[in-house]
Amino acid sequence: MSDSQWTEAAAVDEVPADDVVGMQVGGRDIALYNVDGQIYATDNVCTHGHARLCEGFLEGHEIECPLHQGKFDVRNGKPTCAPVTEAIRAYPVKIDAGRVFLSLG
Amino acid sequence: MNTETIAIVGAGQAGGWAAQTLRSEGFAGRVVLVGDEPHRPYERPPLSKAVLAGDAQADTTHLLKPEAFDALRIDWRPNVGATFIDRAAKQLHLTQGAHVSYDKLILCSGGRARRLDIPGADLPGVFSLRSIEDAAALGAALLAGKRLLVVGGGWIGLEVAATARKKGMEVTVVEAMGRLCERTVPPEISGYLLQLHIAHGVDVRLGTGIERLAQNARGGLTASFTDGREIECDAVLIGVGLVPNDELAREAGLACDGGVLVDSQCRSSDPDILAAGDVAAWQCEWAGRRMRLESWQNAQEQGIAAARAALGIAVNHQPLPWFWSDQYEVNLQIFGMPTPAHDVVVRGDRNSGSFVMFFLDSGKVVAALGPNAARDLRFARRLIERRTSVDAAQLADLQVPLAKL
Repeated sequence: MSDSQWTEAAAVDEVPADDVVGMQVGGRDIALYNVDGQIYATDNVCTHGHARLCEGFLEGHEIECPLHQGKFDVRNGKPTCAPVTEAIRAYPVKIDAGRVFLSLG
Repeated sequence: MNTETIAIVGAGQAGGWAAQTLRSEGFAGRVVLVGDEPHRPYERPPLSKAVLAGDAQADTTHLLKPEAFDALRIDWRPNVGATFIDRAAKQLHLTQGAHVSYDKLILCSGGRARRLDIPGADLPGVFSLRSIEDAAALGAALLAGKRLLVVGGGWIGLEVAATARKKGMEVTVVEAMGRLCERTVPPEISGYLLQLHIAHGVDVRLGTGIERLAQNARGGLTASFTDGREIECDAVLIGVGLVPNDELAREAGLACDGGVLVDSQCRSSDPDILAAGDVAAWQCEWAGRRMRLESWQNAQEQGIAAARAALGIAVNHQPLPWFWSDQYEVNLQIFGMPTPAHDVVVRGDRNSGSFVMFFLDSGKVVAALGPNAARDLRFARRLIERRTSVDAAQLADLQVPLAKL
């Protein structure tokens, strides 16, 4: 993968420890997560009720949607708790010089 | 080859989750899902909000996309009712003549809108709201500049009132009891809801029963009330509660009392028959009493629990009750079962758009609710579930993060 495919999203320290923030990256609504210092990125809109995951509740590797308490694994976007049945898209992340880059592909 | 059959009566949210869970738990036998509606399993909450307003299509409420549902290989019988359970033969008889032999049977037959026994209740322009078809019919009658009368100041009535106001209707809400949502919230929240609706221009009349509806000369309806007053309107929504569809269970001799009685493993008095969702009554530990929980959460969670129990998996269905309502710009959520006996601690300004009200019993938070406070309430839920002892002053102190308590 060439460097041109990476899109700069934020500074690492804009993603608070063990929490989630939402931001626009390359025209998309993205949620960034910080789990024990590791950054993950997914689409921000829940596949169930169209709520924004950045307003949800991060517990370990799971983000809980604020609307209906469905959960996704932030590492791969897979649904882990009802009512969500469809995965959200997870994006590859790289950190370079304190900046977060995403491969939006 | 596994030829075991699990039959589910009712293809609503509880039935849909039961069917789906049987498959996700690896059940490879036959799953028969009998539903008297033409639709695949769907969620009902949007029917009084986005779907009613025309902001969302009805199929957005479906639990699964059609291809995902079809992939579950469910023997789904739309537009079919269940007529009789032959418990001795373990057969479920259907309206279309056939019967299904079952090994386990899960009753998710839900409920129906309670009807009002008053003259004129069947007139054109008088609606109730339970199904997608009901929402389509009522939605077509929500016309700007016309007047809607809502009979019943409960959740359905208030959500429809809010949707109708957004559509530009004049709205009157009449409630026979002394306050709004009296069965489910403490007086403080009834007062909050009353102010919310008054502020949005709704004419709310408490302690007012309806006596009759009649067609009037100008093509609308005239409603007469117990206080002798009358109003003219163009449409009426009756939202006076739900009647559980437990007739099938009662006729089969299962223990019922305002719903099918089940234990926390969702088992009825017949161990091969389980029940879940709006039709099931069980001893809710959080409420400390036997009840039916008519909520989105319970339909989902009890449907899942019943399916697991039917497969012999140990379950203990005791989720912390969680309920929400969307009205105007307000999302009100309630965790637990607040009662007037609890001590109340308010965090934030009660007159602002967002605050949390905690309900304490012996220094522990047992319930919490609030408008537009989803994130704080998520922490409150943790306090309740962990039965944390808290200091009331800290709870009320906005400088103390709830995460730290």
